[in-house]
Amino acid sequence: MKESTTLVVAGMATLAAGTYAFRLSGQLLRARITFPPRATRLLEAAAVILLAALVATTALTEGHGFAGFARPAGVLVAGVLAWRKAPFLVVVLAAAAVTAVLRLLGVS
Amino acid sequence: MRSICRTLDRPVLADIGLACLAVFFIGLSYGAIAVSSGFPLWVPAVQSVLVLAGASEFLFVGIVAAGGSPFAAALAGLLVNSRHLTYGLALPPGVTGQRWGKVLGTHVMNDESVVFALAQPDLRRKRAAYWACGLGVLVCWPGGAVIGALIGSAMHDTGAFGLDAMFPAVILALIVKDLRDPRMLRAALAGAAIALAATPFLPAGLPVLLALAAVLLLVRAPASSPEPGRRPLGVQAP
Repeated sequence: MKESTTLVVAGMATLAAGTYAFRLSGQLLRARITFPPRATRLLEAAAVILLAALVATTALTEGHGFAGFARPAGVLVAGVLAWRKAPFLVVVLAAAAVTAVLRLLGVS
Repeated sequence: MRSICRTLDRPVLADIGLACLAVFFIGLSYGAIAVSSGFPLWVPAVQSVLVLAGASEFLFVGIVAAGGSPFAAALAGLLVNSRHLTYGLALPPGVTGQRWGKVLGTHVMNDESVVFALAQPDLRRKRAAYWACGLGVLVCWPGGAVIGALIGSAMHDTGAFGLDAMFPAVILALIVKDLRDPRMLRAALAGAAIALAATPFLPAGLPVLLALAAVLLLVRAPASSPEPGRRPLGVQAP
């Protein structure tokens, strides 16, 4: 862990408390407001976009530079398998296997 | 627990069991990835119990491991978890329990428990499905995370096993069904491009948050994006 433990614990506590607040507030607000479906969809879309950006940055970059070819190749294979509805376990193990084999062959 | 089993039909119980098994496997990869990115075992263990929302935990671990601020990571995680607000709005009163039971019943609100509850025809069965799935996930997610973390700690050269490729692969598997909507796919690709373009210049963690600008692509036209509550533990997705 590069960050100090205290900061990480504070971040974890923030995430845990905030998530519980979301879980509770919907139930409490239920009687009073109706949440527009469009807002719900935008929130969902925001989550998918965040996660897609995380996929791209963790697959392709390391620090501020390029992560090498082995890792994105593994993720690409996983993406194709996931798109073709392969089981979760197959998708994830394929990513690791392709990357490991490429590194074994000397591709960084 | 026994009354839950009597209330629910066998096929529903089997589906809930399968969903929990899937959560267990995602938990395994979560624990293994967290320790191989340099976190001590207690981080995925504690977080899986107290946050209990897979995708946001992956996001948190990913941003902090890349050197981002834990607060930026928590903020990103909260954005992903904001969907729980709409789950609370969607559930009929009484499903999550009364008084003290509601304290735990609120915590076990997740993608799976809400989906199974909403699919049941009456309040009694909604409540039973919600609790069966919620408690199942409460056991399987942290259980998977701890076992995965133990496996991850036992491996020394995680790079040689390609474990660093597992992380993006897990997230991709969790969001792939949302990406089948062409408009969502376009926005996600735009977000990914923004984050990649910003990575050389901005501190870690910020590029992913900057990707949210891609939401603007979806604001104007009426959306045909996915209906709520389909993403695994979320995701999703978890």
